[in-house]
Amino acid sequence: MFDGGDSNVRKFNTVNRRVFILKIAKGIIFTGIVARLFSLQITENKKYLTLSDKNRLREWRLPPVRGEFEDYFGNVVAGNTKVYQLHVVPEQVEDFKYLMVRLKNILSLTDKQFSKIVKKKKQQKPWETLIISESLTWDQFSKVNFYLHELSGAKPVLSVARSYPYKANYTHVLGYVAQASESDLLENEEIKNKHVPGLRVGKTGLEKTFENSLIGTNSVKRYEVNAFGKRINQVDFKEGEKGQKVKLTIDTEIQKLCNELLAEKSGSISVMDIFTGEIIAMHSSPSFDPNLFMYGISYKDWDLIRKNPLKPLINKTISGLYSPGSTIKPIVALSALENDVISTKFKVNCTGKMEMYGQTYHCWKKKGHGIVDLRDAIKQSCDTYFYEMSRRLGVDRLNITAKRFGLGNTVFKNLYTEEKKGLVPSTKWKKNALGKGWVLGETLITGIGQGYIQTTPLQLCLMTAQLANGGFKIFPRITVDKNQESLEKIKYKMKESLKITNENSSSLIRSAEEIFYKGEKEYNKLFRNQENIKFVLEAMSASTNEVRGTSYRSRIDDPKYRFAGKTGTAQVKKITKLQRELDLDTAQIPYEERDHAWYVAFGPYKDPRYSLCVLVEHGGSGSATAAPLAKKLMKKIIDRHEEREKIRKNNLVDI
Amino acid sequence: MFEQSSYSEQYTFFQKLRSFDFVLIFCVLCLGIISNFSMYSTDGGEFLYHSKSHFIRFVTFFSMMIFLSFFNLRFWHSTAYLFYTITLGFLIWASMYGVTASGSQRWINLYFINLQPSELMKIAIIVCFARYFHREQMSNINSFKNIILSMAILLLPILLVVSQPDLGTSILIAISGVIVLWLAGFNIKYFIYSGLTLIISLPFVISMLKPYQKQRVLTFFNPDRDPLGAGYQIIQSKIAVGSGGLTGKGFLKGTQSYLEFLPEKHTDFIFTLFSEEHGFIGSVILLILYGVLIFRILNIGSHSRSFFGKLFCYGFGSAIFVYVAVNMSMVLGLLPIVGSPLPIMSYGGSSMLATMIGLSIVMSTKIHSKQIIH
Repeated sequence: MFDGGDSNVRKFNTVNRRVFILKIAKGIIFTGIVARLFSLQITENKKYLTLSDKNRLREWRLPPVRGEFEDYFGNVVAGNTKVYQLHVVPEQVEDFKYLMVRLKNILSLTDKQFSKIVKKKKQQKPWETLIISESLTWDQFSKVNFYLHELSGAKPVLSVARSYPYKANYTHVLGYVAQASESDLLENEEIKNKHVPGLRVGKTGLEKTFENSLIGTNSVKRYEVNAFGKRINQVDFKEGEKGQKVKLTIDTEIQKLCNELLAEKSGSISVMDIFTGEIIAMHSSPSFDPNLFMYGISYKDWDLIRKNPLKPLINKTISGLYSPGSTIKPIVALSALENDVISTKFKVNCTGKMEMYGQTYHCWKKKGHGIVDLRDAIKQSCDTYFYEMSRRLGVDRLNITAKRFGLGNTVFKNLYTEEKKGLVPSTKWKKNALGKGWVLGETLITGIGQGYIQTTPLQLCLMTAQLANGGFKIFPRITVDKNQESLEKIKYKMKESLKITNENSSSLIRSAEEIFYKGEKEYNKLFRNQENIKFVLEAMSASTNEVRGTSYRSRIDDPKYRFAGKTGTAQVKKITKLQRELDLDTAQIPYEERDHAWYVAFGPYKDPRYSLCVLVEHGGSGSATAAPLAKKLMKKIIDRHEEREKIRKNNLVDI
Repeated sequence: MFEQSSYSEQYTFFQKLRSFDFVLIFCVLCLGIISNFSMYSTDGGEFLYHSKSHFIRFVTFFSMMIFLSFFNLRFWHSTAYLFYTITLGFLIWASMYGVTASGSQRWINLYFINLQPSELMKIAIIVCFARYFHREQMSNINSFKNIILSMAILLLPILLVVSQPDLGTSILIAISGVIVLWLAGFNIKYFIYSGLTLIISLPFVISMLKPYQKQRVLTFFNPDRDPLGAGYQIIQSKIAVGSGGLTGKGFLKGTQSYLEFLPEKHTDFIFTLFSEEHGFIGSVILLILYGVLIFRILNIGSHSRSFFGKLFCYGFGSAIFVYVAVNMSMVLGLLPIVGSPLPIMSYGGSSMLATMIGLSIVMSTKIHSKQIIH
């Protein structure tokens, strides 16, 4: 024992010394661990707390409820209906194939629909909601609910979708909604922020223009989820706001009548309040049912719409460009009077044709009108008189007057992307655009609304309104704005503008337009001498209400409904000598070559309030086709007047 | 001296009981209670499979530890080689007929328990070395024979465990073995030499690693490399610990574990769960408990008059420290993820059994500290 004592002591010393070293090392390492804990839990706590919340909380955004459109009387014209949908989140489904086969049986999907869904699934991320069906019938919905325990992962959802109760009536005014596309997201930040799978956004028309106020805000459900993304419980629910309501100035009753009047025809009708500029009806025919687009239109239906030769996709009222024909004559006459080119007493002998510069220009009446003055020329729409008058007036002076009354420019400011400007020619325009000098013969045909001149139906409606209100500028609109000026204020402002001296008027018109862009509206006079306007309006009345007037057959004798108007028959093709001799009936000419039938009118004549414009594409003559439609329409408009006034007085408080 | 030793051999039951180390028992009990509550939390606040079996194991093995503490230290001394040999036999058995789970053949079926012999080897290697160097003269320790023999004792089980494959446990066995060898008095230069050899051979070792093991090493250096793949465990573990803050999210309120973001929360990542729920304060208290436990074990060793007891306590204390340090560093992102349980806290019968056997030898050393083994 003691022999090894010395060795033992050395051994013990060694081990004790080494353990001491180890103890120090342990102390250092433990301190290191504590320091690490401190840095994670105290210093960087906030960072990891956020990461932990990010881990466990997931947001589910629901599609916002879209704001409604109402007509002037508060009827919903674009609303929301409840729809039953079926959603699947592929990530949460154990056996996707099995689920799909089960659903195929339950919903009796066709093979085509089935493969479409499978294809859609492949394009999406696994955690994105896959919409199996957007509109289950109640039968299908209850069936799915019945088998729900076998369909783990399938979620029947009660949702809302856009519906248009008046179907084809409002198609071109409102446009339509459909699933947001890639470019919708890129163009509109608001859509991008609120996008959820299946979100519908406006594609055309007012639905697109007012997208940002209509769209509303998403409802948000916040869930706690586990590591596999399974929802454990709902933590929070934030109800989204419904989109704002947009109120239209349109009267559905009149809008519906427009649709009926143009049934089976291609054309456009627009009606306007000549003081407030409110659009009372605006219809383009043929139309289509926008509800078809709600769940993605079928190829068959889409082909029918797209390939229809009458072009239902085009809003003809604002995007259709046509020669105005004789409807422009009141403006030509006004321009001549305003520029003192002729007096109202100026007479021309109409023989049915007129030789000028080696060309023959025909009047629509072969036998000729005989000796006519300006009033007769407007009343009977004598072309020869207008050839002579335009020749003296010149195209550039006509251009100024026409533009002043709203031709050659869009009627709305940035309301419809598809709206066209049209064209009022001038010598300068031709040089710039075509590089050729103006030919005097072109002035003559411009004077009867043919040739280069192109207008939209709504421009002619605005032109008529601005004549009928006594010659004052108005600002057309289609939505009711809380800040808009009252009728009384507008009339007062018009009266005020009369006081401005004539010398300043043209410069004032320019400055008024500048002010308009800043938001303040000035209802400037558009004439030099109001007597000229009155003369033209009287002549238009003669055209409707006197014997031999072009629309005499469509007159209403009851003074309450009496209106004044101007027919127009716009040639689509130059009439050849042979055709002139044949003098065919409209029905005998191929459809594409038939004349467009126009009619512009205002009423009631005694105290004008409304203007309208009817266009029937390839409808033949204005007096035979368009004017009778206008007669029915005017009656309805005036019948609805009192109702409308009641609403106006209730809604709008004088400023 | 002879009197003392002969006297001490006749300790009565109550004398033995009185000389128990109550601080040590207190620490073990505290850790046991904490581990049971944590296990209860991993079961989502219910007394389910894991919490039940952990509780039963703790109670059983803790009682066993108290019972074994009454054994004379001589018993451990005399059975040391046998213990080592049996455990080695188990390892060979496991490598041939072992139960395979998650790609590794590390368990043997003993009918009443599925035993993981590599865990027992953690203790056996220390006992074996303590016995081996007990009688060795200081001057002889660095002899060629000793070096070769002790290398063989150490490498044999390590190779068996590596082949299971279980890198984590084999590293832990190696570290605790090396520490005991160093404590026994091996010349420091041998460690430096073998250390250098290891570094040189490291590239070859890495080239021999399994792809998933390579992945883990790479992931350790940059966990964000593949946040949903191999780096997932480290990232989620750090988020859990970090979000705990000063006082933690509260018992049963650890969202990371409750919502199953935490991997292996019963076993290797039990500290993460504890730390998320009880925060910095709780973690430091846990660390202090381990610190006191290790300090007590080393202290008992320093009071022992037998080299066997002394060396075992030093070795075992150091080993516990290594397990705790490696496990915590791993879950805190300071070391790569290797399978290493946290003693007493982690779920696992073999680890618990090995720890309790080790503690009972320590306790026996305390009771028989005056005893000299010939």
